[in-house]
This record gives sequence, C-alpha cells and structure tokens, in this order.
Amino acid sequence: MIGIINGRVYDPCNGIDGKVRDIWVKDGRIVSPAEVDRSAADIIDADGMVVMPGGVDIHSHIAGGKVNAGRKMRPDDSRGHERPSRELSQSPRVYTRSGTGRSVASTFKTAYDYVEMGYTTVMEGASPPLMARHTHEEFEDIPILDKGGYILMGNNHFIMDCIRRNEKEKARDYVAWLLGATKGFGIKIVNPGGVENFKYKQNVTDLDDKVIGFDVTPRRILETLSWINDELGLPHVPHIHGLNLGLNGNADITAETLIAMTGREAHFTHLQFMSYGGEMGKPVRSAAEVTARVVNANPNITVDVGQVVFGDTTTMTADGPVQYRLHALTGNKWFNDDVEAETGGGVTPCVYRKSNPFNAVQWLVGLELFLLIEDPWRVYLTTDHPNGGPFTCYPQVIRMLMDRDFRMQAFEGISKLARKNALLPELDREYSLYEIAIITRAGTAKRIGLDWKGHLGVGADADITVYADMEDREAMFARPRYVFKDGVLVARDGQIVCERPGQTVYVSPDYDTAIEKEVRRHIEDNYTIAFEHYAVSEKELSNGRQVACKP
Amino acid sequence: MGSQLNSEKTTAVSINDDGVTLRLKAPITLPVEAESICPDCFVGCQQSEILALPVFCGRRRKMLGDIFSVSGEASDRITVEGDLTHFKRIGQGMSRGRLTLRGDGGMHIGAYMKGGEICVEGNTRDWTGAHMTGGMIRIRGNAGHFTGAAYPGEIRGVNRGTIIVHGDVGNETGARMRRGLIVVEGHTGECTGAGMIAGSVFVFGKLGARAGAGNKRGSIVALGETAPMLPTYQYQCRAQFGFLGVYLRQIRKWGIAVSDDLLKGSFRRFSGDVTALNKGEILIHD
Ligand SMILES: [Zn+2]
Repeated sequence: MIGIINGRVYDPCNGIDGKVRDIWVKDGRIVSPAEVDRSAADIIDADGMVVMPGGVDIHSHIAGGKVNAGRKMRPDDSRGHERPSRELSQSPRVYTRSGTGRSVASTFKTAYDYVEMGYTTVMEGASPPLMARHTHEEFEDIPILDKGGYILMGNNHFIMDCIRRNEKEKARDYVAWLLGATKGFGIKIVNPGGVENFKYKQNVTDLDDKVIGFDVTPRRILETLSWINDELGLPHVPHIHGLNLGLNGNADITAETLIAMTGREAHFTHLQFMSYGGEMGKPVRSAAEVTARVVNANPNITVDVGQVVFGDTTTMTADGPVQYRLHALTGNKWFNDDVEAETGGGVTPCVYRKSNPFNAVQWLVGLELFLLIEDPWRVYLTTDHPNGGPFTCYPQVIRMLMDRDFRMQAFEGISKLARKNALLPELDREYSLYEIAIITRAGTAKRIGLDWKGHLGVGADADITVYADMEDREAMFARPRYVFKDGVLVARDGQIVCERPGQTVYVSPDYDTAIEKEVRRHIEDNYTIAFEHYAVSEKELSNGRQVACKP
Repeated sequence: MGSQLNSEKTTAVSINDDGVTLRLKAPITLPVEAESICPDCFVGCQQSEILALPVFCGRRRKMLGDIFSVSGEASDRITVEGDLTHFKRIGQGMSRGRLTLRGDGGMHIGAYMKGGEICVEGNTRDWTGAHMTGGMIRIRGNAGHFTGAAYPGEIRGVNRGTIIVHGDVGNETGARMRRGLIVVEGHTGECTGAGMIAGSVFVFGKLGARAGAGNKRGSIVALGETAPMLPTYQYQCRAQFGFLGVYLRQIRKWGIAVSDDLLKGSFRRFSGDVTALNKGEILIHD
C-alpha cells in the first residue's frame, strides 16, 4: 500500500485542478482512503509537488519493422547515445539492459527513456498486419510501459476488393479477423490508396482519385473503415494520416478530409505535417488556422500535433511516396518497403534546421495548432516520434506551450523568411498544468479508449507521476521525482529503479467465421507465408490484455 | 572521455616539459579501451593521478598504473613504450601536445582528434584518425582499413587535419572526408576516397581499385601506379597543376621523398564520380 499525500493533484478526468489531495494505492489500483490501513502504507510526502496520472502517448513509433529498419540503417543515431546497464539491486542481482540510440533507440532504452520522463503507456502508431508479430516481439522487450498498436488498413487489397464489390459487411468481418489475428488495438489509415498507387510510381492527391487496379477512392476507403470502426465498437476511433503529407498547400485537402468525416468519430494524427499553405514550388506558409478552424468546428474530431523539434531525427511512415520524396530532396539514405498485399513504407534520416525556412514553418505550424485548437481534450501532444523529433523532446515542447517568453525567444532564432507574417507572435495563450495534464494523459487515455488510465479516480491503474513544481517546466517534465507503474515505484529522480513487465492491450472483435475460408484463400494466393503462420496467437503475448469492444 | 576527465580538474599543476613516459609492464592481448591515454587528460595530472586514470581491460575496469609503469607528470607530451596493438582509442579527441608510440598502436588512434600531434613508430590498425578535425597523425609503418574515414552511418568524417602514413593503408582510406589531407607513401587498398565530400588524398605507392567511388569534390592524387579505374571517371586533360607543387613541397618537408621529376611532372586529370556530383578528380602522374 502506498499513500502519496499533500501533493497538488491534476486529474482532469475527475475535474481536479491543482487541489491538494491524498492518493491511495493498493494492489496496483487507486483506492479510496477507507480501503487503506495508513499505518501499514508507505507514505510519500508530495508537499509542494505536482501529482498527475502517468503519461499516455497516443501515437509514437517505438516497435516493429520500420523502427527496426531505422535502427539498422542508422548506426550514427547510436553514437553518443549509449545507455550503459545499471545495477538495480544487489541481491538478487538485477540490472537494467544497456541500449543505444536517440531517434531510433533500442527496445529497452525506449522504455526506460519514456518511463524516466513520467510516461507509462505508449501506442505504436502504425504496424503493418504482416509485421504485427515483429511489433509484438519488440513489445515484449519494451518493459514497464503498457503498449498497443494500430494496424494499417488503408491500402489493404482484401479491404479494397470488398469496397469495390460493395461488400462492406465482408470487409467488416475481415477487419475484425485481422485485428484479432494481429493482436492490434485499432484501425490505422495512412494515405488511403496512395501507398498502393506508389507501387506504380503514382500517388493520390484528391479524395476522389482512383486507386489503381481497385476502382475505389480514398474517400470510400475512409468511409468504409470508419463505418467498420463503429460497427465493431472498437475502443479507439479510426486513426487517420491523410493525403499529401508534407506538401505545400496540403491544408486544403486536409480540411476537406476533416469535413468528409463530419459526424463521424475520427482521430487525425500529426496534423502539423498536414497543415501547410502556399503552392508547390513556392515558399511554404503555415495554414494552421485553416485546419484548426475545421477541428474547432467538428467536436467528433481529435488530433495529435506531431510537433517538429529542431535537430537530427529519423523519419518513418507507411506513406512510401513521402519518404521517397524526402530522400530525393535531402539525398539522405532511404529504406523503402513493400508489405505484400497490405501497405508500404519508408525510412529516411532528416535534420530539422532553424535556419531552413521550410523546417521553421513546420515548427510554427505545430505550435500554432496547439494554441489555436481551443479544446485541449481534442488536441494531444506528440512529435509523431521520431518523425518530428524524438519523444525525449516532449518536455521542451511543454515549456513552449506553457511559457510564451520561452516560445518567443525560440521564435527569434528561426529563419527570417519563416518569421515574416507569422501568426505565432499574436498567440498569447499559455497552457496551464491542468491543460498539459489533458493533452499528455487524460485526453489521450480517454481517446485511445483506455478508461482505466489517464486518471486518478478509484479503480484506475495506479500509474502515477509526481513532479517537483519547478519554474523551468522543461526541467520539471524531463525528470519527475517519482514514477509509479501499477502502484510500483519504477523511477525516482529521473532514473529507473525497478523493471517489470508492461501489458500489451489488444482487441479481438467478434465476426462471422465464414470469412476465414476466404481469408485463407486470399493469403494462400497472395502471400509469401501460409495462413496458419499469419496470426499472432495469445500465447505469443506474455502479458496481453484484451480490451472489450462495444458494438 | 578525454575532455571530460580534463574538465573535472582545476589545473593547479604546472606543466612539466620533460613529458610523461608509459612503459607497458606485460604484454596484453585483451582489447583495452584506452582513451585516457591522451595529452588533455595528462596535462593537469600529478603522477598519482595519472596512475589512477581508468582503462577497461576486456570487461574489467583497471587503472593505468596497473598495466604501465609511469615516469613524469603534468605534461601534454606523452611517450608510450610497448606493443599497443590491442589498445583502442589512444589520443581520442586530443586537442594539444604530442603523443608518441614507440611500437604498434591499435584501433581508433587519434579518432575525433582536434589538435596536437600523434606519432606512431610502428603500425596501427583500423580507424586511425577517424573523424579528426585538426592536428597531425604520422604513422611510420602501415595503417589499417578506414584510415581517416567516417564511422558507419555518418554522412561526413574527417574535417581538417593531416594524416601521413609512411607504409601502406587498407581499404576506404579517407572515406566521406569533408576537408583535410591524407598522404600515403605506400600502397592503398580498395575504395580509397570512397564518398569523399572534399579534401585531398595523395598516394605515392599503388592506388588501389575503385578509388574515388561516389566522390563529390575530393582530389585523389596518384603519384605511382594505379589499379584500373572506375568507369564513372572521365578523362579530361593532361596538365601541370600549380597547386600540386605547393602540396608536394610541403610533403617533402614532412620527410617523404618527392623527386624533382614529380614536382615538375604533368598529370592526367579524370573527373568524377559521375554518379555523385562529378566535381571530384583523380590526378595521375605520367
Ligand atoms: Zn506516425
């Protein structure tokens, strides 16, 4: 039993905004004071400290094929970022694992870096179905954190075939089968149809463009998968990466896509990369106002930002054509992936420079989105790790949001061209600790559909982060005083003190088993592996937790 | 690590001009991580502190005094005696002084070196002077592969500084160098100057196969024989290049025999690599 007493608690799900409250923990859960024998409890006096639920990341690339391709092609990302093994206890002898890497860190280091920053749950942003086993095997080596993965479906041949034939019920059953077979958590859509077209050196640029060989459109793929998401009652909503990512003037198509989803629940990821103005071949401008306006007007839409942080990183996405273009632009090394009948992908390193007008505008767009989207419950903190920058930069972004002077100081350092006519100086908004708690845990946990996370109410998982209340918010959020996972102290003063397994959350929606026969034929006709070897079994997850669907 | 050790000290010790000599007590075949053998570390250290500097022998942490007898203190002039083939990272990141090895040295000697001078009287192994940004390294014997090269995955490597090898070198000498000069008196292995961004490599012996693959703006000067060249280099002209005289006279001062014939000679210029920027060149002495 643990009591965290006298701390100022920020628990937005329960409306607690910086009130002094005592938090009691028993058997890994938050309990009411009545259930605790105080004389037997370990008491942590958090007087003057800030208590929040553990951080919950709605979108980050931490495991699977692309991340591992990044690790393999970037030994330079490891150099200077070595994390030696450290002794946690003498008897029995327990050590942390050593690891390397910054933007594409090895598995154990990824977990330690997140936990030391006060995060306890992280969702992998994009796993190709065929690579799900790889993703889960890496999850097994990402301790402490609870994890789950979104499964890429926006360019899936089986689904596109069903849509062409107007067999959306069949597509629904297939998606249900696929989520169970991959032990995935939700539906991810990346550049619907565009990744398929890239296999013919083409792309889609409009919601009504044709997908080669399937006679379907990005719009129909989005509509169908959104309908399926509802039908299956998945805990999360469709997780969407739209069209024309990274291109000048893409804010218009992004706004159009957002509007196309009006009345439906949807999450748009890394909106920063989708909110650019200007035309091709002309200087880029921020169009954060355009997309933020649509988001503000559509209460069913949530977004995460994908903030850019200046410095070296590795970009990776299932959006193959994007990575090809970035490689052609920078001359940096490039990895391209064709995942059989499902999706594609690419990886290429990237350096975001303050002096580069395009990069500086990207940085501006992210901050402007944070400040323009009014409801913090609908905009979440991400860097689309590692695409906009490593997640270890979150504390820096938090300080940018909470401290206008700090933000403006950084603004003065960016490209003059980007500063011209920029909106950012006019935005005086500063986030409060309560709002930070929403965009980094309460809001994200709720939107992912993990009701037992992101809050400190009775019955919630005892994932708790205690920060020293420091004026420098970057230092404060970089090194929490205490991090508890399932009621166990796992990090103290920004250092791991205990390693334990985390959970993998997944869904397994019901479906008409008649579909299996057809899926078997599809896999046997089109894949390099047999049907029997495709599905990830429950036994392969040492600590899986099935989350119920509510059709 | 060198600079880190240095910065922890408040240099109250006065500099001793006689230098520090390390003598290997017994041969070591385990790999030794020895970045503490560096003028920047030694300059502020009394002898007792030098004896206590850390090295990793295999997986065990030891002190310099465990494996060397030490004479002298507080100097940026270091002489090391013994077979140091298995000692890695000697002089890594050094910025000043002089480091002399009376014997063979191991991998990564003078990697990330910023200034000062390293002289190895024997041979060295791979990665000599990798990523150096200043200073001079002189190897009397042969050097291994990746001499003055960039580490795996890095876009650019050596950025200023000079490496002189009196013997032969292995493959990928000067790979992805950005600036600087490498002079090889003997032969080179394959892919000399692979992916060079700029800088110069002079080879007096035989220039190995596939030299200058992916070279953007670098100059490779072949003063002796050459292996067959890549088809991505195009012959352009035969000429006498004034700037070569400047280089060669300096190289002569560094103790490499440069005949008057070479000084006055004409060169065939090949430009390439056409698959890269095509602003690089291989100059071959007639
Ligand atoms: Zn992403």
